[in-house]
Amino acid sequence: MQFDVVTLSRIQFALTIMFHYLFPPLTIGLGGLLVSLEWQYLRTGDRQFEEAAKFWTKIFAINFAVGVATGIVMEFEFGTNWATYSRYVGDVFGSALAAEGIFAFFLESGFLAVLVFGWDKVSKQMHFFSTCMVALGALFSSVWIVVANSWQQTPAGFHIVREGLNARAEITDFWAMVFNPSSVHRLLHVWIGAYILGAFFVMSVSAYYLLRERHAEFAKKSFHSALTLATVMSLAALVQGDLQAKNVAVTQPAKLAAMEARFETGKGPSPLYVFGLPGENARRVEHGLAIPGLLSFLAHGNFREPVDGLDKVPRTDWPPVAVTFHSFHSMVWLGGFFIAITLFATYLRWRGTLFEKRWLLWVFVFAVPLPYIANQLGWVTAEVGRQPWIVYGMLRTSDAVSKTVVANQVLGSLIIFLLIYVMLFAVWVYVLDSKIKHGPETVEAAPAVTSPSALLGVASLRAGTGGASLTAAEEGPPHPPTKGKG
Amino acid sequence: MDLHVLWFVLLGVLLAGYAILDGFDLGVGILHLSVRKDEERRILLNSIGPLWDGNGVWLVTFGGALFAAFPDAYATVFSGFYTAFMMLLFALISRAVSIEFRSKLDTPAWRMFWDVSFCVASAVATFLFGVAVGNAIHGVPIGADGEFRGRFVDLLPPYALLVGCFTVALFAMHGSIYLYLKTEGELQRKIHGWMWRAFGFFLVLYLFTTIITLVDPATAGLATRNFRVHPWMWLVVVLNVLAVANIPRAIYLGRPGYAFASSCATIAALTFLFAVALFPDLIHSSLNPDWSLTIYNAASSEKTLAIMATIAAFGMPFVLTYTSVVYWVFRGKVRLGKLSY
Repeated sequence: MQFDVVTLSRIQFALTIMFHYLFPPLTIGLGGLLVSLEWQYLRTGDRQFEEAAKFWTKIFAINFAVGVATGIVMEFEFGTNWATYSRYVGDVFGSALAAEGIFAFFLESGFLAVLVFGWDKVSKQMHFFSTCMVALGALFSSVWIVVANSWQQTPAGFHIVREGLNARAEITDFWAMVFNPSSVHRLLHVWIGAYILGAFFVMSVSAYYLLRERHAEFAKKSFHSALTLATVMSLAALVQGDLQAKNVAVTQPAKLAAMEARFETGKGPSPLYVFGLPGENARRVEHGLAIPGLLSFLAHGNFREPVDGLDKVPRTDWPPVAVTFHSFHSMVWLGGFFIAITLFATYLRWRGTLFEKRWLLWVFVFAVPLPYIANQLGWVTAEVGRQPWIVYGMLRTSDAVSKTVVANQVLGSLIIFLLIYVMLFAVWVYVLDSKIKHGPETVEAAPAVTSPSALLGVASLRAGTGGASLTAAEEGPPHPPTKGKG
Repeated sequence: MDLHVLWFVLLGVLLAGYAILDGFDLGVGILHLSVRKDEERRILLNSIGPLWDGNGVWLVTFGGALFAAFPDAYATVFSGFYTAFMMLLFALISRAVSIEFRSKLDTPAWRMFWDVSFCVASAVATFLFGVAVGNAIHGVPIGADGEFRGRFVDLLPPYALLVGCFTVALFAMHGSIYLYLKTEGELQRKIHGWMWRAFGFFLVLYLFTTIITLVDPATAGLATRNFRVHPWMWLVVVLNVLAVANIPRAIYLGRPGYAFASSCATIAALTFLFAVALFPDLIHSSLNPDWSLTIYNAASSEKTLAIMATIAAFGMPFVLTYTSVVYWVFRGKVRLGKLSY
């Protein structure tokens, strides 16, 4: 591999966007949870819901701030590193970006202020409204960015003006651009991935509290609603993922062939590899286990027609097969795990023994990185599988970089990004960890708490915070000195 | 109205909005290390606590709108000024995480680290914005192909550095008046002194920058060319001078609200003068005026400009409404509480 401007810019973009994508799925997922918690608080007046909403708001705010800070990077990088691409797509992306800025970003960040800092300043109803707007804003911003990305995968609603490297796409039909052949599928998949991640995050924290016997009522409430969401969304991912793969088979056959390491089209039904090691030069899969005919069934709905292989695509237009194959397969394996564990937990919940299975709770505590990994792997499949194109079939990634930037500049910024992000990641984990160990604050004079177990929960929490005054600023000792260790 | 001109004006509005709103929270950052006590630093931080994030969105939207409306100008500037934009990015990231993380833990070393980071990042970001404006007025080496033809040092002519310093002084003054409005008691008395000092710095640099701009042959012609065609623009110059003059008057009379309004008006007028100096160019080529990137040769298609105008017309009233609502909710003096940074 040669470390030229193209390679370095690709590494830098991969680093910055993968780091950024640690945050938005959680804020999308938690946004939904916050709306539901506050709605229940408004409806029942049970202040435990308020307590829970306040706690998750803090977690939300930390992730949101880092998400915004790391998100500006992409907007800059389009211009700094990918100037030719920017000239090519600017006209088409223009409307999507304008909509994103005006409808999503202002909405999110404006009402975020009320969500985080406005508990004592506005009425409950106004606060609930703000929370809804923030959650809606998070969804809106995902809409426009996924629309723009999907246009790169399956361009539609445009025509090309000018020639050669000065060519650019100009919009002809706004709605055809927005509803290009892949955008709805991909948007649904992004949302499902985000809700799975949010739900597993909540279950991890709640399981930890249950195991440590802290905030038991709060943890059970959170765990129950998250488990429902996780189960539904994991199953939805299966159904929707199948539809999406069928769409890829039609719109981006080379990507599907790489995802399934399908080198030869051949005749008759195509097998599906459960696992294996694809070799690009040997054009075959080593040590693989294949189920005969299944790929034909998944792509075409029958066991007869072959699925197009990479032999139908010029060698220079192949995506990297191994990376695409492994990231896709690992994501699917993880999806299978999410279905299995959430169904099992739902079954135990129905039996009423869920919270007695300590080993299962431990699994949930440590399962939280997996949906993060699955989300990242999905994007790797989508973006690496699109190569060598930056706009599918139209503009090559190698032609899309800035002409005036040299490799050393990119190397310099890449190193600084690495340093900043390693530090930021460590700080983020540390702060999140201390917030979680600190746990939710009890609300003052909670009149609605009547059940004995809830009172015990409150009492244990009081002990847990070392008797700290409720009006003191929250940043006391990060680790409660008396409880929750061991 | 010509859609190209409309988008030039809208970009100007976004830039002015950004400079006025983020200007005061960058200014608070620049002044952050001037107080020593932890509680006072927290008051400074929380004076902008709920607002800085939304203020930053004006920049994000400005960048997005530039990309969308004038992609060739966006591509040339961002790739040509690669290193400068990366420095700006690092500053903006550091600033955001400093605000967010600073008060999360209670060790002095932790807080000191983020305090310094917050202050330095605010000053660097402000300075770089000023340098960018200075370069735009001064002109940059743009070739016949619309690409940047120069090296990093070409982006640091003395004039751009001067405008950078001027911007730091401007935002520091703007931030100090804002802080005066948001504080009380002894801290407010301290800030009263800062306001005068910051205004002094600002005034000196304001006069100096104005004189240089009108004397330096590289900038004088550009800065004044549109005035010959549109004499009504002199009104803005008069307004600018009146606004500047009203700042010390209002401080002296003990009416900080007026001082802040005057400071906002000053920034808006300066942004307007900057736009007038550029129009109809977006980036003026110092090599050959015919190679400049203008609002016509660097623009998206008419259709895109029209679609974006529709989106903006539909969305902006909402944006202005809830921005006002948020500012109304968080009016008044800063009080530290459980939810504060």
